[in-house]
Amino acid sequence: MLLALLALAIVAFSVWAIADNAPLYFKTLLNGLTLASLYFLVASGFTLVFGLMRNVNLAHGSLYLLGAYVGWVVGDHTGSWLLAVAAGFLSAALLGLLMQVLVFRHMEGQDLRQTLVTIGLSIVLADLMLWGFGGEIYTFDPPPLIYGSTVLPVVEKFPTFRIAVLIAAIVIGIGLWTFLARTRVGMMIRAGVDDRGMLSASGVNVQLVFAITFAIGAGLAGLAGVVGGTALSISPGEDTRYLLASLVVVIVGGMGSVVGASIGALLIGLAEQFGLAYAPTYSVVFTFVIMVVALAFRPRGILGRAA
Amino acid sequence: MSAAQWRRAMNSAAAAAAPTVRVPSARPRTALPTSAANAVATSWWTRWSARIRARHVVVLVAIVVYPFVASPFFAYQIGAQALALGLIALSLTFLGGYGGMVSLAQMSVAGLAGYGVAIFGTSSAAAISLGWPWWLATALAIVVATAFAAAVGWLSVRTEGIYTIMITLAIGVAFFYLAQQNYTVFNGFQGFSKLGVPEVLGVESRDPVPFYFVALACALAGYFLVKHLVRAPFGIALQGIRDNPRRMASLGYAVTAHRVAAYAVSGLLAAVGGVLMAWYNGRISPGTVNLSAMISILIIAVLGGMKHPIGAFVGAIVYVLLQNFAIDLFVRERFNLVIGAGFLAIVLFSPDGLLGLWAKLRSSLVKTQTPQQTRRQL
Repeated sequence: MLLALLALAIVAFSVWAIADNAPLYFKTLLNGLTLASLYFLVASGFTLVFGLMRNVNLAHGSLYLLGAYVGWVVGDHTGSWLLAVAAGFLSAALLGLLMQVLVFRHMEGQDLRQTLVTIGLSIVLADLMLWGFGGEIYTFDPPPLIYGSTVLPVVEKFPTFRIAVLIAAIVIGIGLWTFLARTRVGMMIRAGVDDRGMLSASGVNVQLVFAITFAIGAGLAGLAGVVGGTALSISPGEDTRYLLASLVVVIVGGMGSVVGASIGALLIGLAEQFGLAYAPTYSVVFTFVIMVVALAFRPRGILGRAA
Repeated sequence: MSAAQWRRAMNSAAAAAAPTVRVPSARPRTALPTSAANAVATSWWTRWSARIRARHVVVLVAIVVYPFVASPFFAYQIGAQALALGLIALSLTFLGGYGGMVSLAQMSVAGLAGYGVAIFGTSSAAAISLGWPWWLATALAIVVATAFAAAVGWLSVRTEGIYTIMITLAIGVAFFYLAQQNYTVFNGFQGFSKLGVPEVLGVESRDPVPFYFVALACALAGYFLVKHLVRAPFGIALQGIRDNPRRMASLGYAVTAHRVAAYAVSGLLAAVGGVLMAWYNGRISPGTVNLSAMISILIIAVLGGMKHPIGAFVGAIVYVLLQNFAIDLFVRERFNLVIGAGFLAIVLFSPDGLLGLWAKLRSSLVKTQTPQQTRRQL
């Protein structure tokens, strides 16, 4: 009933908006999808780590920013954007691995303490990065193949890179899903999400699974850092923005669910862009309203399950 | 277990059983089993005076004399600011330490109260400020902020445990962006300046000494409110809910109602602290409620020790001192690094904060076997 009303409202808005100004509507739609892809890339790692380890990694935004900065340095030296992406992934993954092995595995089961540690880490990392890279804004040069703009029907010109981001997110999303659903390690991770104790009892080295998951989750954040830095830019403060985005996406979509993260990212990304285009002062409020509604009706998120 | 360990365990058990045991925490949590006749005869005053120790008198005298001996800078910048920040941190200590709900939105509640003072009272933005008298503006601001805190509570208690921190964080950051982007109510990026400050009986309360005492009065009221509440039936039930919500629910307690009420109480404390902050700064802007401000409240509460109401103020004093003197002590502008590393060290090595560190130090110095208290791991 409520969903039907909501759908009706969205359809009515779409019809009005298309009739009023079709290019704006479709451009906003594409922008929303691009933003949603970025949010998905960041939030999928967050939700993966949370789902398995119950670790709310509030340093996730810092991993994003770190990946972006390291990627920028590598890209600057080698001139290769793809190497920058790889460096972003690897550096964040390495840091994530270190965090898990050196800190979090020693305080297992103490959720709050782990979270406090991640807060402390995010403060320290943010300040170190500000120290090292200053307050300037950095941008990347993507390879010419995905640079410039593409002519699309209705929208006319649209930056090619954003389309590439969208495609990359879909590919990574499918890859992640395949990894989780089809491979042996993925199976272990899913089993761990459902019942950690049982997984450990059946002879799996849970610590190894944890370390792998943390590395992948952190690496995805670093990768998103380079991709997001190319689509937009990198500067201090971006860590907070993407941390908030991942939080909201994961709260809305359901914690621990990668599919939920994609749904949440779609909702939030689209809401943010349409809000910016049609009601600029209140775009944040839309995000917030979505979160409140999701919490009011489904406290564990759209695809969330009991912990 | 070795023989030595056994002996030590037996010794400490014997010490715990002995009547002359020294309790290491500030005050015993429950009433001591004094003789029945005595308990009947005592009025509330004798009951209270029995709890007052030398150190309480010393602290009280010190905080009253402090503004007269300290320079205005120390009275105002350090003293008053620490008291206001401590009050906001106290709200988190109450909520987190006794209610088991760590909310990062306390600074947003305080900030909303500050915005309320600006919007209902007078400020530089004459088009938005309503210009009502300060007492009405302040009262309304506190009511609105408390209601906001209750609403935050109602939302976040729908989920449990670690989710609370995420949801309150998201709410707080959303409030920051709202305040920054909205120009019709919150006056956007620049916020409000030249806030109207109460002037009672011809005394400008932003002068260092009067303001210090206003802050002190509020802080003491908040401190004793928390001290009282945690021993009142409400506080006891709240601690029960913190430790085992399911059992409390089956005993017939309204778990959700208690939690939301705890949010409201902590919102009241934070709102008073926020009003003090707004008066102290004379201005309010989105920067007051940004993420680092929200987290600094958590840092203060954890730094001092989240299991003791006084910890909030200890943490606030340390924090404010560091904030003011980090520039002299360390590389300039690296305050965040210092405070972040300090926070990390406290969380990693002393979950009970500076007070826990102090208690550990004292017990190792005195070398007395203290009864092991069962405490929740932070």
